Amino acid sequence: MSFCKDYVHVKSVNWGNGHTVCDRSMLQIKNLHVNIGDKEVLHDINLTIGEGETHVLLGPNGSGKTTLLMTIMGFSNYTITKGKIFFKGEDVTSMHAHERAQRGIGMMFQRPPTVSGLKLGKMLTAISRTKDEDITELAKSVHMDKFLERDINKGFSGGEIKRSEVLQLMIQNPDFVMLDEPESGVDLENISLIGTTIGSLLEKNKHLIKRRKSGLVITHTGYILDYIDADKGHVMCDGQIRCHGNPREILKDIKQRGYKECLECRHP
Amino acid sequence: MSSPVTVPELSEVDKDRLAQVGIDLTNKNRCGTYLQMDQDVVQAECGESGIEVHSYKKAMEKYDWLKDYAWNVVSPEKDDVTRYVAAQKDPKGYVIIAHKGSSNIMPIQACLYLGKDQIQHVHNILIAEEGAELHIISGCASGAHVGKGGAHYGISEFYIKKNAKISFTMIHNWSEDIEVYPRSASIIEENGVFLSNYVCMQPVKKVQMYPTATLVGANSVVRFSSIVIATPKSYMDLGSRAILEAPGASAEIVTRAITKGGTIMSRGHINGKVAGTRGHLECKGLILKDGIIYAIPEIEGSVVGTELSHEAAVGKLARDEIEYLMSRGLDEDEATATIIRGFLDVKITGLPDALQKQIDASIDVAEKSGF
Repeated sequence: MSFCKDYVHVKSVNWGNGHTVCDRSMLQIKNLHVNIGDKEVLHDINLTIGEGETHVLLGPNGSGKTTLLMTIMGFSNYTITKGKIFFKGEDVTSMHAHERAQRGIGMMFQRPPTVSGLKLGKMLTAISRTKDEDITELAKSVHMDKFLERDINKGFSGGEIKRSEVLQLMIQNPDFVMLDEPESGVDLENISLIGTTIGSLLEKNKHLIKRRKSGLVITHTGYILDYIDADKGHVMCDGQIRCHGNPREILKDIKQRGYKECLECRHP
Repeated sequence: MSSPVTVPELSEVDKDRLAQVGIDLTNKNRCGTYLQMDQDVVQAECGESGIEVHSYKKAMEKYDWLKDYAWNVVSPEKDDVTRYVAAQKDPKGYVIIAHKGSSNIMPIQACLYLGKDQIQHVHNILIAEEGAELHIISGCASGAHVGKGGAHYGISEFYIKKNAKISFTMIHNWSEDIEVYPRSASIIEENGVFLSNYVCMQPVKKVQMYPTATLVGANSVVRFSSIVIATPKSYMDLGSRAILEAPGASAEIVTRAITKGGTIMSRGHINGKVAGTRGHLECKGLILKDGIIYAIPEIEGSVVGTELSHEAAVGKLARDEIEYLMSRGLDEDEATATIIRGFLDVKITGLPDALQKQIDASIDVAEKSGF
């Protein structure tokens, strides 16, 4: 046990053969198959994200990136037919979304629903279960203090939606942050604000050794990479992860050559 | 400061029921009180200068001119309810007069409590003279008795004179065996504002009402807001009508209705009779358990230059909204309650904070019991 004590999110795992090893993974996905309705949309996904690491998920539209994030979050439309999801060493495959959130999984949605009548401020209070003062201060830091009395996401611009999402995550303070296209529909000024805030959510301001938070980010443009120093990149095509590598190199390839080769690549 | 109301026969449970409809038995946050238990007028007083609160009978004795205001906007021949009340030899109810230029910051509370009687009848007249501002909270409740049955017949006539304002917030807490028949109408003069709010979160056997506002003065305003939950076996037939008869007059009718198995008829009618008038009618309904929400919005325009609109929607809680909140750590029940709370959260423009808080508090009670 003492072997693992320096790591916050680490559990010692007994393999049943007398050996106890230290598992430093934040998220582990093994042989995951996911259906939406009767149709299988994710096929045999394997992915491990270590503590303190941020990974990038690339891939063409409709390749299954958002589906993977929604599945990890535990949305009921996404049925896991095979495989497992472990979070901090715990099997969360059959847990509800709130149980996963309470264990430290958080998500920034690309297109969150509008909840008519529910004020952003009330939502934040419900998430925080604590005082209002911090909420106002945090809201100011992402220029959302004027939106606390507005219906959540109703009539919000692209940038306002992202700032609202990031504000909710700041209050939720998850250990594992999933970001679905954090820069889409956002102007350059807001990208800087959102990028910097996401950077601090992922503890990018801390030294590598002390960093505990992990992330998984979907991006098309790569702008967000200026703020989050991603460790690994994965390319998704047709519901499969086809290859892995240095995120900036993969992005450069995609910018030059598109996804054609990824789509043709059946054997990563 | 008025001395506290002492109502020895009122049990703690019933005091709670009155608190839930906004009745403050200590009078601390109220500037005046009218309290009627069954047919006994227990208290009628007001500490605010320029505002009078009297029992109907005393007011009629005091001011001869009041007879012109009685059975004026509500016809005694309207239906069986009005005929019953009009036939009473010993009329009950209250008269509130806000004289010219007066205003009350703290609301006046009118409490109508149905304990033992089969039928409680009241006839109320509320007058805001020129430039006056009058805020009233009307809490209607029955004792926590079940199975005895009973009915409440209430006639209310509102007069909002030039540049005057009345806000009337009615909160109901009846029980499954009580039938309630309010009959009310109002006349709004030039620049006058009438805010009529209705909240009912608790069981009732039947409520039937269709308050009507006639806007006779230029730039007069009426806003009807209703927030209701129909529990199983409750039958709520609720309507609001605005007749726009002067240029610049405007009306807004907003309803939030939830059924948990009961029936809600949500009616509304805005009639634009002259040019330069505006009206909007909005009904949103949520079906939590099989019941009926029947929205019947009517808009009627008969001249060029009246602008009327309506929107009505009846639906269920959206799964993606619930799961959105769950992804932030709220369990399913918390997420559902938070969304319903938001749905019911109607902020009424021009309503004093104290009254808005009272409306919010009634919804809080319903939320705590899991809607």
